Amino acid sequence: MDRNNIKACIVRVGGTNCDAETKRSFEELGVKAEVRHLSEIAKSNNLLEFDILVFPGGFSFGDYVRAGAILAKSFSAKLNRRLKAFVEEGKPILGICNGFQVLVEAGLLPAFNGISKYPEAALATNLPIGFRCRWVYLKHENSGKCVFTKKIPKGKVLRMPIAHAEGRFMFPKDSEGSCLERLVDNDQLVFRYCDEQGRGAGGKYPYNPNGSFYGIAGICNPEGTVFGLMPHPERAFYGWQLPDWTKGEKPSEFVDGRLIFESVVEHVAAKL
Amino acid sequence: MNSAFTVFMRYVARVEVGLKPGHSDPEGETTRDSLAEMNYAVESVKVGKVYELFVEASSLEEAEKMVDEMCRRLLANPVKDNYKVSIEESR
Repeated sequence: MDRNNIKACIVRVGGTNCDAETKRSFEELGVKAEVRHLSEIAKSNNLLEFDILVFPGGFSFGDYVRAGAILAKSFSAKLNRRLKAFVEEGKPILGICNGFQVLVEAGLLPAFNGISKYPEAALATNLPIGFRCRWVYLKHENSGKCVFTKKIPKGKVLRMPIAHAEGRFMFPKDSEGSCLERLVDNDQLVFRYCDEQGRGAGGKYPYNPNGSFYGIAGICNPEGTVFGLMPHPERAFYGWQLPDWTKGEKPSEFVDGRLIFESVVEHVAAKL
Repeated sequence: MNSAFTVFMRYVARVEVGLKPGHSDPEGETTRDSLAEMNYAVESVKVGKVYELFVEASSLEEAEKMVDEMCRRLLANPVKDNYKVSIEESR
């Protein structure tokens, strides 16, 4: 399929952010991207006309109740059947930062047995506490299932920024071992925090910036089509977005975040 | 039940949501540290949220059932949160 026939929908509600950067990232790759308010998506009844759905970063609904909880329930309540159909048709869904929190709260991730009624994981308050806005290193751990990282070799270290206060990924304490085993066995583990050399963060700040269990920074569903991550790939798309881009040699035109967008666009283009 | 005769009562439910035992509570620890700096001896602090819900239901049991479902679906994340509900009739 021609890339300019691919349509991406970026969900907007009060408090979402980086929708403009996300739109521009898709457009740079020749994809049509639209920022649509939740009410507009619900009213126009056209969710399934889109090929990619994105829950962007931000603080949807002011992070009331819990980060991502209200948008998750509101989206599910308004678009329940269409959201299920979107997932069942294997159309990719991306959740960035607050969007990742939304996908977890909506039961779309990890979705071990399909979309779950109650959350199966949580993104809790950062440890150490605080809003963390910094660049981190991520190791790609996926063996090829995640459609958003197909162009990234396993083991590659990527650099992206985070900006969140609730990013400590966790499973229920009494079953975290078995959940992790399942995550790895299903090839649902996508990114873990690491140091510049790709060595595991070992739970240590600042490499693990939020105290995430097993250093988990991003996961996908068992089908590899729904993907959520705390870091912001759209803020690491162009070389000039790097914090140190004026230092040294001429920076590369594009950097690591682009690989995520490029992977999913190539996947959709090949499929349609 | 004949709905023509169903009498709906008003209830007020107080829902307390807090972290499950054994979970790190960075907000509580920070609050404790601040109180310690103010020379208050506080062993530990746990932070949670309180919701007051005003609902209508045909019975106390129905109100309890409804609020419990609300807690599990929205107010608490069962992975990390506990919740406590107390309901009484409201005027």
